Amino acid sequence: MAYGAGVDVGSTQTKAIILDEDANIVGRALTDTGANVIEAAENAYRVALEQSGISADEVEYVIGTGYGRYRVTFGDAQVTEISCHGRGAVHLFPNTRTVVDMGGQDTKAISVSPDGEIVDFCMNDKCAAGTGRFLGAAAAALDIPLDDLGPVSLTGTKPIKISTTCTVFAESEVLAWIGKGKKIEDILWGVHQSIATRSVGLMRRVGIEDEITFTGGVSRNAGMVKALEERLGHKLNISDDCHYMGAVGAAMFALDNIKAGRVPVAGG
Amino acid sequence: MSTEQTSENLVGRGNKEGAALFREWFSELHETAHQGGPAAYVFVMGSMNEVLKTFDLPVVFPEISSLQTAVRHSAHELLEVAEDYGYSPDICGYVKADVAVQIRGGKHPMGDLPKPALSVLTNACNTYIKWAEIWERMYGTPMVTIDIPGTREGGGQTWSGNSDFEADRKYVEVQIRELIETCEEVTGTKFDIDKFRETLGHANTMTRSWKRLLELNAARPSVFNALTDGTVYLGVANGFRGTEAGARYFERLVEEMEYKVANGIGQSIEEKYRLIFVGVPCYPIFRRFNELFTEWGGTFVSSTYLWFASGGFNRGFEYDLDDPIASMAEGSLISVRDGMDSMFHQDRVAMDMIDELGVDGVVYHPIKSCRTVSTGLADGRRHLTEETGISSLFIESDMMDRRVVSEAQMKNRIDAFFEGLASRRKLALAGQGG
Repeated sequence: MAYGAGVDVGSTQTKAIILDEDANIVGRALTDTGANVIEAAENAYRVALEQSGISADEVEYVIGTGYGRYRVTFGDAQVTEISCHGRGAVHLFPNTRTVVDMGGQDTKAISVSPDGEIVDFCMNDKCAAGTGRFLGAAAAALDIPLDDLGPVSLTGTKPIKISTTCTVFAESEVLAWIGKGKKIEDILWGVHQSIATRSVGLMRRVGIEDEITFTGGVSRNAGMVKALEERLGHKLNISDDCHYMGAVGAAMFALDNIKAGRVPVAGG
Repeated sequence: MSTEQTSENLVGRGNKEGAALFREWFSELHETAHQGGPAAYVFVMGSMNEVLKTFDLPVVFPEISSLQTAVRHSAHELLEVAEDYGYSPDICGYVKADVAVQIRGGKHPMGDLPKPALSVLTNACNTYIKWAEIWERMYGTPMVTIDIPGTREGGGQTWSGNSDFEADRKYVEVQIRELIETCEEVTGTKFDIDKFRETLGHANTMTRSWKRLLELNAARPSVFNALTDGTVYLGVANGFRGTEAGARYFERLVEEMEYKVANGIGQSIEEKYRLIFVGVPCYPIFRRFNELFTEWGGTFVSSTYLWFASGGFNRGFEYDLDDPIASMAEGSLISVRDGMDSMFHQDRVAMDMIDELGVDGVVYHPIKSCRTVSTGLADGRRHLTEETGISSLFIESDMMDRRVVSEAQMKNRIDAFFEGLASRRKLALAGQGG
């Protein structure tokens, strides 16, 4: 049995996925990236290998992706997370035509052709508004654990309009609303709606076509799923693997290369 | 040409001679700055250099001298000087670098620049007018604005014989005559129409060569990099327009490129993807920006920049030396309009290039500093995609301000763009059974 692996070194978290040759996930790992990017990649890969019960020698091809892709020192090639999220989304949800990936410091909208080709993409530029970092700032201001943000926001009934588009200023705006006596859940629901609005704007730039798959760490946030679905008027494809989508896509490219038995076309 | 044509003496000659001409040009400006003679400040879209050279006026192109500060990694210091003086971070970086050079008494990395005795501008860029007003306030510099009526419909040129065109031509001609009078006043020299004919003749040689140069890059492999080499050629095309040195340079450049085409000598890398560039280059990381593409085998075979920043010389209009002033008006009308339309209707320019040059992808580079050239790029790109289905990339940064140039972010997008091009090519080959 041949195995392929993908290691996605993101700004906040590092994900590793190991696929068997039938593209079944046999191992996965999720670690904080931290300051030592090389170590983060190695740790995530080691944990994924342990979980799969196979040895590194059995993995024929490893692809690094994410901002730290060139720091995956044991990788055979690098592919951008843009291509990997598109590839992973089409693998898990074959009718995907639009991908929205919300990560720690960027949000991407990716348009995919029926044969899985990346047609276009668009990302936030030079500003973390509308990304996971924006949620992090709100969580810090409200002293709420990140994982609770979504559930709490879903209890909001009167969303507060968050007007700032700056992640740094978001914190002070949230505090200002607290000072005015607004409920935390209403403020949070407003934060989620604000991010959803910006993200849908990005998606419109590449064209929104059904089916839409939501990937990246923020896809675990039920409040963001609801805010996006309401804004889009579309149901989103979601699964527990969406958080790992970049690594899934990278591992799919690794399998391609194993099957082709050659240096990857998409490799950097 | 008497010299034997060999790779050794031809390939790379244009870049070497272009660099030498640049040094010569800035050396002349340095001398003028210290000897106190008059100099004119002009702009790339409608410089009227043919008139100014008739009066032997040294010319400063502040757009070119400003971009040189970015290429030479000193623009950030100048931007700070201008911003400390009160200019907003959001306005044209070229303007701010020039203001800082003026505040510093003309000190420029390539030598000292003389103060403007005269400024000549067209309406091709709305900033030109406000920019020249700065020199007017600083030094009392007379401004001559040549108002070029735009095309009546977007992208639709009219030509000699059309009643609107004739009215516009006369309107421009009167303004050129006023410019001539102002030049006489500034220089104390009488206008010499025969000398004017001579400068127009040199300009004709340069225009003919410019058009030929752009056509030659249809060759596979392409023979020059439209982004890096092209910027050198543009500098000479503007600064030396109407001069014997400029005409000679372009004849020799065409000779070099024809030799390269005939011998299948391409750019310095293996050409895998032929690209066109829409917008203004990223001068703060000029060489590195290009490398981000060449690392993938991407070569720039043309750009809208080579069209509009040459003032529309791609159009190939040649002056009638028997009726020089009227013909200069006609040429200015046609060329400057073409320059404006190349900025505002870049989708049409790109479509022409895709067909003529066999292009694999289009790179859009909107810049923070210049809304004139960047506005409409997103819409133009969407239209181009709908019409042609060609792959394109949209990356934003700046032509001067390194604070908004993020190489890591650009690289990520550029890499993804090439991954898409590779995937598309692979699918196409698979579809052909390849």
